[in-house]
Amino acid sequence: MMNRILFALMLIAGLTAPFYAYPVFVMDLLCFALFACAFNLLLGYVGLLSFGHAAFFGGGAYIAGYAIKAWGFPPLVGILTGTGFALILGIGFGYLAIRRQGIYFAMVTLALAQIIYFMALQLPFTGGENGLQGVPRGMLFGFIDLNSSLAMYYFVFTIFLVGFGIIYRTIHSPFGEVLQAIRENEDRALSLGYDVNRFKLFAFVISATLAGLAGATKAVVFQFASLTSAHWQTSGEVILMTLVGGLGTVFGPVLGALTVGALSHELSSYGSWVQVILGTIFVICVMVFRRGIIGELERQFQKRR
Amino acid sequence: MLNKWTKGIAGAVGLASLALPLTSAAELSDDKVKIGVLSDMSGVYKSLEGPGAVIAAEMAIEDFGGTVLGKEIEIISADHQNKPDIGASTAREWIDAEDVDMITALDNSSVALAVQGLANDKKIITMNTGAGTTALTEEQCTPYGIHYVYDTHALPVGTATAIVQNGGKKWFFITADYAFGHSLTDNTSEVVKNLGGEVVGNVNAPLGTNDFSSYLIQAQSSGADVIGLSNAGQDTVNAIKQANQFRIVQSGQKLAGMLVFITDIQSMGLETAQGLQFTSAFVWNQDEEAEAWSRKFYDRHGAMPTMVHAGVYSAVTHYLEAVKAVESDDSDKVREKLGEMTLNDFFVKDGTIAPNGSMLHDMYLVEVKKPDESTEEWDLLKVVSTIPAEEAYITMEETKCALVN
Amino acid sequence: MSMTVVLSQALLGLNVGVFYAMLSLGLAVIFGLLNIINFAHGAMYMLGAFIALIGYSFIERWFGISMEIGFWPSLILAPLLVGALGILIERTMLQRLYKLDHIYGLLLTFGITLILQGLFANYFNVSGTPYPGQPESLSGVVNLGFMYFPTYRLFAIVFSLVVCFATWYFIEHTKLGSRLRAGVENPELTQAFGLNVPLMITLTFGFGCGLAGLAGVLAAPIYSVSPLMGADLIIVVFAVVVIGGMGSIMGAILSGLALGLVEGLTKVIYPPAASTVIFFLMVLVLLFRPAGLFGKEK
Repeated sequence: MMNRILFALMLIAGLTAPFYAYPVFVMDLLCFALFACAFNLLLGYVGLLSFGHAAFFGGGAYIAGYAIKAWGFPPLVGILTGTGFALILGIGFGYLAIRRQGIYFAMVTLALAQIIYFMALQLPFTGGENGLQGVPRGMLFGFIDLNSSLAMYYFVFTIFLVGFGIIYRTIHSPFGEVLQAIRENEDRALSLGYDVNRFKLFAFVISATLAGLAGATKAVVFQFASLTSAHWQTSGEVILMTLVGGLGTVFGPVLGALTVGALSHELSSYGSWVQVILGTIFVICVMVFRRGIIGELERQFQKRR
Repeated sequence: MLNKWTKGIAGAVGLASLALPLTSAAELSDDKVKIGVLSDMSGVYKSLEGPGAVIAAEMAIEDFGGTVLGKEIEIISADHQNKPDIGASTAREWIDAEDVDMITALDNSSVALAVQGLANDKKIITMNTGAGTTALTEEQCTPYGIHYVYDTHALPVGTATAIVQNGGKKWFFITADYAFGHSLTDNTSEVVKNLGGEVVGNVNAPLGTNDFSSYLIQAQSSGADVIGLSNAGQDTVNAIKQANQFRIVQSGQKLAGMLVFITDIQSMGLETAQGLQFTSAFVWNQDEEAEAWSRKFYDRHGAMPTMVHAGVYSAVTHYLEAVKAVESDDSDKVREKLGEMTLNDFFVKDGTIAPNGSMLHDMYLVEVKKPDESTEEWDLLKVVSTIPAEEAYITMEETKCALVN
Repeated sequence: MSMTVVLSQALLGLNVGVFYAMLSLGLAVIFGLLNIINFAHGAMYMLGAFIALIGYSFIERWFGISMEIGFWPSLILAPLLVGALGILIERTMLQRLYKLDHIYGLLLTFGITLILQGLFANYFNVSGTPYPGQPESLSGVVNLGFMYFPTYRLFAIVFSLVVCFATWYFIEHTKLGSRLRAGVENPELTQAFGLNVPLMITLTFGFGCGLAGLAGVLAAPIYSVSPLMGADLIIVVFAVVVIGGMGSIMGAILSGLALGLVEGLTKVIYPPAASTVIFFLMVLVLLFRPAGLFGKEK
């Protein structure tokens, strides 16, 4: 019930946003919202804290940007190329990282992501500190000019909805049930005969792929792939978004991305105070607000009934 | 938050009205002229441009009278954090939602290239005072991009020539690992080779490196006569200081700072820096006119102006003069006017803006004074010789800019 | 490639290695007792350096008191202050999270890192402020035959090694240390023997943070003091800890030193790989010895 209301709200807000807000900013938020949803699939539904998701987000952005700029791929194909790269990367990282659990898992993913960051810094095709500049937005399906702000916006919104749908389907499938069983009690899932590591790897790859999709889309929006998107601070930011909105809730990450994104944007003129404020929110969330906004709402909602 | 979003609507409406033909006598979009100062406010280049650039721009606007064509001149500033994506998205928002007419400072070549490219798409003038790469006026030149103070072609002409002629034939470079550093090393290598010198090696150090020791050891073992520092700001200061700690200079190698600002010398101290020669567009006490302005700047900023600070003042002033002359802030008209003007003030003598955007003016080879030659805290440099504009800058016959040939 | 270059880069690598060792030692001590990865460890290191810098250059400018805290007093004062902050964090916040998944401890300390970094980035240049207080007695240069090496850097290497091995000796070979280890192995039983385990935990956390603060003071004269100095380092140290295997004190020290050397030598062989070599080694260790070189699988 609540999910339906929220979905309707999200749809309306998403469809009308470009008429009352700066479209590029909303597109940025949408990319982060998708990124946070993908991340939440892993932390919220399998209980795995990846501290290296920026690698997929940034990696997807670079490969998509390069494919479009250097190979002349059309935008959608370019984005899918970037997404495909994140998928392959996700298999590799996932294979290594799920060998360890809990905190080790977080540290391992963080360290692996640093490899991607330094590659983005040093490989010739990425442009190093300059970033990959001047990615053309091009024509969607050969006839929709994405240089128009509105066309670009609805393209991004569609991608977001598709990504969101995939995650929603995953969570509410038998596969998703098993994932949640693993989160609740890994040993029991194991004793029930589930190949736990295989499930974890699957979830990791889906999460990584969609994170890559979000990054690839962002590269087209800003016509730019940059080191920031592959930096560990971005990994931290997506954790915060998920936490603020509500871990393990369907809409939490979306709301979290909006909140954190809007906040950072509003406060950007205050320089480093943004970091202090985000850090404080982090601490508050961890200490007393672990359910997040949607989590709290759901609790209130259930109490009423 | 809502406030900002409503501003977004206003911006969108403003943009829509731009598309309509304007008929008022003085053609100013949205009834004001707005100048954006996009600079490094917190990092390696903070002291050489940063907040000082905002002050210089404010001074220019005040001296101009605060208004142009009867309309207010506004200023907006932000920190690009040396990240091209942040620079570009800030500039994008300034242009889309804040109606900024001209963007200046841009003291990081990566940021500068990103912003100049974006501004070109949106037909907005950029007057770059801080970044060095020649790509701005060569491979990636645009009809609206102006490169005002110095570039990586002008820097080595004076410095490297002087050093090679004094016997420094074999060079090793420590290069800041981004657009500016690479461009400076390429340009310097060319000068060195043309004079019969040799480049024996290069190592790239990330922007904002704290510990240069391992790069310096590499440079030392290369057997070079000269270690060329293709970096700037705090990176240069750190490299020179650490070279002293590891006795690089005392062991017989010479350091050549390819881009040095007076603020760097100030933070190194004359004891460390004395005798260093480098190329500059401006020295605050080069003549009375410059000194008078610089002391006013000092009173507000607490430090003497770098060439870049003076350049921001000069660029903003001339931009406003051009707007006044053509009675419009239309970028095409203003740019055309700027191309016709001969620029003269305390910063520049008989400068011209070439079709590729390069502002052609004389440069100076300067030397750091010995401690006993200095008469006050900021009296640090003396001019050795003048490098004429035609030698310092890429001529219109040689340029690779597609707009010219 | 001459021997001189190899020796020089190895020594510079060792110079970095002692900082890896000190930080991974602190992380390992904390992890051993609390099962928590302290993300704020890098921020504690940064804080140590800033306390030294502020004590030396900013007291008069900020508070109008004509006072200057030199390097030597800072070497004692900074670890105490940083340790005290650690204790405060443990008592007021971390303690409430022990019953939850350990990742919450990591998230909390990540938030604290952001706060500390942001605070200092507001007042100090992110690319670093030089620390001018290096003691006169250590300002010289030593001719090692293959290179000139600043005396201070030699001092930092020796001093850090002494601190590392003293810590190891204390934990592995003293009575107090053995109680500490007992607390790790079996908290309930230790508590039953009348030892105050929560207090031990608090003090250990403070001690670990203090070590990071000490490393920060030592680093201040070598590197410029910057709000990001800890962040850049801590992730490498995480990889060091994964390679060494958690829970082993000696493992943390040795892998820190060794990886510093490896990084230094990589600069001779193939410089572009220097920043990633440790992470690649981590991948190899994960593939072939997932518990780490010195660790035991729990």
